[in-house]
Amino acid sequence: MATIQQQQQRRDRFRLALLLTPGLLWLLLFFALPLVIIFVYSFMTNDALGRVVYEPTLNNYITIFTQSLYVNAYLRSIWASVLTTVICLLIGYPLAVFIARSPQQWRMPLLMLILIPFWTNFLVRIYAWQIILANNGIINGLLEIIGVGRLTLLNTEGATLIGLIYGELPFMVLPLYAAIDRFDFTLMEAAADLGANKVQAFLRIMLPMTMPGIVAGSVLVFIPTLGQFVVSELLGGAKVDYLGNLIQRLFLRANPINWPLGSAMAVLMMLVLLVLIMMYFRVTSEEER
Amino acid sequence: MIKTAPATTASARIRGAFSEGRLTWSGLSLTVFSILVYLFLYVPIVILVIFSFTRDEFGVRWTGFTFDWYIRLFNNPRMMGAAWNTLVVATVSTIVSTIIGTMLAMAMERYRFRGRNAMEGLIYLPIVVPEIVMAVALLAFSAIIFDVIRMVTGEVLRRNLATVTIGHIAFSISFVVVVVRTSLKNFDRRLEEAAADLGADSWNIFWRITFPLILPGIIGGALLAFTLSLDDFIISLFLSGPGTSLLPVEVYNRVRRAITPEINAISTLMLLLSMALVALSQLLQRRR
Repeated sequence: MATIQQQQQRRDRFRLALLLTPGLLWLLLFFALPLVIIFVYSFMTNDALGRVVYEPTLNNYITIFTQSLYVNAYLRSIWASVLTTVICLLIGYPLAVFIARSPQQWRMPLLMLILIPFWTNFLVRIYAWQIILANNGIINGLLEIIGVGRLTLLNTEGATLIGLIYGELPFMVLPLYAAIDRFDFTLMEAAADLGANKVQAFLRIMLPMTMPGIVAGSVLVFIPTLGQFVVSELLGGAKVDYLGNLIQRLFLRANPINWPLGSAMAVLMMLVLLVLIMMYFRVTSEEER
Repeated sequence: MIKTAPATTASARIRGAFSEGRLTWSGLSLTVFSILVYLFLYVPIVILVIFSFTRDEFGVRWTGFTFDWYIRLFNNPRMMGAAWNTLVVATVSTIVSTIIGTMLAMAMERYRFRGRNAMEGLIYLPIVVPEIVMAVALLAFSAIIFDVIRMVTGEVLRRNLATVTIGHIAFSISFVVVVVRTSLKNFDRRLEEAAADLGADSWNIFWRITFPLILPGIIGGALLAFTLSLDDFIISLFLSGPGTSLLPVEVYNRVRRAITPEINAISTLMLLLSMALVALSQLLQRRR
């Protein structure tokens, strides 16, 4: 008996190794190791030709913390991400409630209408706003007709914010819907029977119970927004630098390129993300209690 | 819509919960608000499609119907080349990440082993790491590899479709694992036990029982991987080399210069492809 069991165990272990190895290798080699490399790069310097010089230094981090160009990029990106997340939440929550409360036969089509932009190329959807906001575009055409005259809409910070909200909204709505759809609305009735008003019932029953959806949606919106550079370039006209713009430039277009400094910026961005998400989880889990 | 809802389960409950005559007002304002949000989501897309047919050479005004931009697009070798590259990368990336991802999902769902939690972390990390960080990390990594190859063999390599594909696979695997694991969780394992009792070996059990039953999940994961690769812009920008550009990168490079209706046309085609993929994935889900 023991030998058969041992054989079985050995075969199981072999099978597990077979299943795990390709994925483990791929993720270690093409995901984990590259991250280690930029972490190491962030403590190096570069020469006049943009080549990495292997001399350990803290200069990149000092530069980031002392030059307003970099400090401002961090603050601007964090602020834009917070704003985008909050506005997407404020728009997305009622919308998700609306879909979840719709009659059964309407729910699938309404959800599909969220899924289509979710699956559509982000770049294309942002580009669509260039057409709308262009100086001789539709909105300005309408403004002229009603006598307001043309306004500069494209290449403004407002345009960037609209683009970010527009781009990320589907990523907020889907997890929210998943949570709200599972919520039992009779609980609101029960709360009302026990004397709670609507605001109390929402804050103390519905909000905590749909919190997993809120957290998932917020994280899904916040992360890509923090590193974005397309929206601020295409709609904001690259007038001010967000984190993503600086990192992209340092890696691809600066003269000379500066990978160590860019790596330090990327590492710090991950750190910022980690801290903010942990803070967020702490606040929301208190809310859940 | 809420007002005309048949008084069945859900809507009846809601009526109870939000009753006392206020339903009409709160329901109505919620409906109006939601319609406005849907308009916000769709008006830009519709305008993009309409303006792919305008005669206006700047592509932002309606000056009459034309099909010219599509014809020009199909005669533009750069665009067509980029489109072809995109499809090749997406296809290879989908095949590899679906196979690797399905294997990982099986391992995570069916086995208990040491380091399982760490593996879990490694699988889900690519979903939460900002794409730009992954992109610059892979760029730095590929540069080092190319340097090593040059020193060892003397061959000078540049970033190409292979580097992009490797990057796409690296972030697609995680999403495939998530989707396939869901279908493995809903799987009735007694079917496998029954097959084993009837004398089937594990190879036969997998291919005749498990695989057909989780196939919808695998196809769902594959469709997601395909879409992720088609839509990816950031990793493609950092990892594609000269002359091997992908469609989103090509669109980005042209859009940064000026709006042209040709871009509206290619965007419309990309939009149609996305819609077809959503429809396909929904059909599959309904069959499940």
